[in-house]
Amino acid sequence: MSIVGKPVPRKEGRRKVTGQALYVDDLNFPGMLHGVTVRSSIPRGRIKNISFEGDIPWNEFTIVTAKDIPGENYVALILNDQPYLADEVVNHPEEPIVLLAHHDKYLLEEARRHVRIEYEELPGILSLEESLDNREIIWGDDNVFKKFLVDKGNVDDAWSKADFVVEGEYRTGAQEQLYIESNGAIAVANAEDGVSVWGSMQCPYYVHKALIWLFGLPEEKIRVIQTETGGGFGGKEEYPSMIAGHAALLAWKSGKPVKMIYDRAEDMVATTKRHPSRTRHKTAVTKDGKLLAMEINFVIDGGAYCTLSPVVLSRGTIHAAGPYFCPNVRIHSRAVATNLPPHGAFRGFGAPQSIFALERHMNKVAKAIGLTPEEFRRRNFIHEGQTTATSQVIREKIDMNGLLNRAFEVSDYRAKRERFARENADRDSSPTPGSPAGQPGWCRAAREGVNQAGSRIKKGIGFASFMHGAGFTGSGEVFLQSVVGAEATREGQVKVLAASTEIGQGTNTIFAQIAAEALGLDYDLVEITQPDTSNVPNSGPTVASRTCMIVGKLVESAVLGLKQPLVSSGLLPEQFTQTDFQRACSEYIEKFGQLKSFSKYDPPPNIHWDDEKYQGDAYGAFAWAVYVAEVSVDMLTYEAHVDDFVAVQEVGRVINPVLAAGQIEGGVAQAIGFTLYENVVWENGRMLNSQMTNYIMPTAADIPPIRVYFEENPYAYGPAGAKGIGELPMDGPAPAILNAIENAVGVGFDHIPLMPEAMMERSVA
Amino acid sequence: MEGFAENASEENLVSGKIEINCTVNEKQKVLLAFPMERLLDVLREQLHLTGTKEGCGEGECGACTVFINGEIVNSCLVPVAQIEGASIQTIEGIASDGQLDAMQQAFIDCGGAQCGICTPGMVMAAVGLLEKVPNPSEADIRDGLAGNLCRCTGYMKIFESVVRACQK
Repeated sequence: MSIVGKPVPRKEGRRKVTGQALYVDDLNFPGMLHGVTVRSSIPRGRIKNISFEGDIPWNEFTIVTAKDIPGENYVALILNDQPYLADEVVNHPEEPIVLLAHHDKYLLEEARRHVRIEYEELPGILSLEESLDNREIIWGDDNVFKKFLVDKGNVDDAWSKADFVVEGEYRTGAQEQLYIESNGAIAVANAEDGVSVWGSMQCPYYVHKALIWLFGLPEEKIRVIQTETGGGFGGKEEYPSMIAGHAALLAWKSGKPVKMIYDRAEDMVATTKRHPSRTRHKTAVTKDGKLLAMEINFVIDGGAYCTLSPVVLSRGTIHAAGPYFCPNVRIHSRAVATNLPPHGAFRGFGAPQSIFALERHMNKVAKAIGLTPEEFRRRNFIHEGQTTATSQVIREKIDMNGLLNRAFEVSDYRAKRERFARENADRDSSPTPGSPAGQPGWCRAAREGVNQAGSRIKKGIGFASFMHGAGFTGSGEVFLQSVVGAEATREGQVKVLAASTEIGQGTNTIFAQIAAEALGLDYDLVEITQPDTSNVPNSGPTVASRTCMIVGKLVESAVLGLKQPLVSSGLLPEQFTQTDFQRACSEYIEKFGQLKSFSKYDPPPNIHWDDEKYQGDAYGAFAWAVYVAEVSVDMLTYEAHVDDFVAVQEVGRVINPVLAAGQIEGGVAQAIGFTLYENVVWENGRMLNSQMTNYIMPTAADIPPIRVYFEENPYAYGPAGAKGIGELPMDGPAPAILNAIENAVGVGFDHIPLMPEAMMERSVA
Repeated sequence: MEGFAENASEENLVSGKIEINCTVNEKQKVLLAFPMERLLDVLREQLHLTGTKEGCGEGECGACTVFINGEIVNSCLVPVAQIEGASIQTIEGIASDGQLDAMQQAFIDCGGAQCGICTPGMVMAAVGLLEKVPNPSEADIRDGLAGNLCRCTGYMKIFESVVRACQK
């Protein structure tokens, strides 16, 4: 009666399809005020004066500035450099300066427009290059938040032994998470009861910690409750600490509950995005196609404050050399400051950036040495017993060749590659190039595989091979010391107590499956407790593809911990049925009052990480994948469209096939947006296209069939053999699509998002 | 519009609010609202029908989808003055007596809902599509749902949900 591996329905599915699920904006408290934020209009400068103007009844408003903060004016995270409210200086556009609250939303909006802030402007740093050039020093001594050096073997000695040395430079743009529920929080706060916050978030204990410092209150005076959360993708990892703090400051001063909900434009201009990046590769290869040395220089734009950039940089750095064995690797990476709003967590967390560069570069190297992209990779795939860039010995069974074979087979890669080459050539020799294919919707022609002579469509197919580490990097999980609890009820129900949040990815469902499986109970007998810091232990943040593998394992051991006291008190036999379990729980609780069990993270054996040298076991386990994209490019409009997508991956045991496929499909769609559609337009450090009408994410009409295949290789230290999955699908699509576009048009592009204008400039026709 | 003035009290006239008679989920309602208030806000704040969501506030994402007289509409773009005499249906009116609509059940069975914030609007759009095209092709489904954005699913499981609902 195994429940792991079954597509059981989502725990909270019914309330979501009926509209009964309560998100933060659906909650109202008696006497509640609304809150808004007044933000900076310039990238960098000194605040000279703040005045409250216009025909506004200002005495009715609660007004909060930096001077009203009872505790520390910073968002406690890594370096504590980001203020809750700018005081004297501003370092990026849209930086919060003044908070206003009033019961009338419409008047509040009017008032926001009548707060006048005068500045003495200072020169800003608006790009990664300007920051590296130290044109202005805006952070520390050299604008660098963090740097890493990964050094394996001896790169310097390798160049002279190489038959080929190939260099390349690759860039990725910012990307908005674009969860459909914008950021929001409601706070109740006073000196007597402390501070309580309800909000849309991934990490209740991050918010909890931030509020402790903001208010200078003891931890038991702070309570954080996650409401149903309408998507996160990293965008609700660190930012909720900001908006929750703002709502709480207004509540503290007004003595009333305060709700703050960002509208879409504010959410897009003011909250975090994916770090833009630049990666330079220099690769030494022997004439038989073996990697000899890789030198990688990886830079990300962190924005105005440090926030999570060191950790994003770390993951990007470790993933930069990919699933290949190379004896000599040097990766030098930096996260630098600019006067843009801080960039932050976004699914993949640095890895999509560095993997994009690597997987474009692998194609470039293959071409230079005269091998097919697949043959070059086959000669260098990492195998069991070999070491990664951080000298981590791969101890899992791993078969990148097998994944590649399967991906090629299901995508019909070889046949298509041949056919497209022939048809593209026919098209080029056709007497009427550029004439429409006969259908206004060219993508229909493309989808149906129509690619006749005279068509304006060129087709291509490409792939990328990659891996993604699950859980916190290096010693991260050891420092986190995550805890999960389980509690049995008198009726023999099992409640899982964890701060890990359901944000759409299926936490509630897989935790219930893992718990039910461990105890041999029905799925419906397991309940997941709403994350509330007054009621659940800190199981760590809901990030880093760690919820299933790391926290799920703790769920498994916590619920198994319920069995021990029942057995040792003689109420339950070693072999038991569900009825036995329920009866035993009832009797135990009758006798002893309650039955609870807690489990704390313990690293798997043989995990060693050296933070100084950045060498060792970076992750407990990796997920491995090969993705294939088929594209068509309209040679008249230069629009590229993905027509078919195959995602083959090994993620350990799959707990729930429908949810797991849903993760992959959603991640691939989001990555297609990252590659071809989602272009953040910056002007003087501010996002110009802050609307869904001009920041274009893929719709139901844009997404190709996404065909998902899992190879299951149970991981010994994951719950029921599972590894992490959430971020993986963000890593591979961008390079696979650009490799396919190169195959279609014969010109390689090394930056994303790849807009039609960029293709037109290179005149690929 | 003349009829409103006769029904409205003096106090409401001063405030600028008007009275609106309409049907919401088959119940007769008399609403008192500013004429240009968004139908979305009136549904959520006055009638506490919070299943209708705001995603963008500009008619792009479809999270606020409702039916007005059987037609699919983004309620964030509708001034409430326009619904006098109209019949509105929201997600709360889709399940009857706790019995899920086939589309809702299909979304549960096929994994069509993840974070759930687009789901009410998506279900409305899908139900609306099937009323117009009972056996939609894949292209019909893609076109029919192209006005509803989902950031979680990549749409595959939503397409499956619609196909499943047609089979019932």
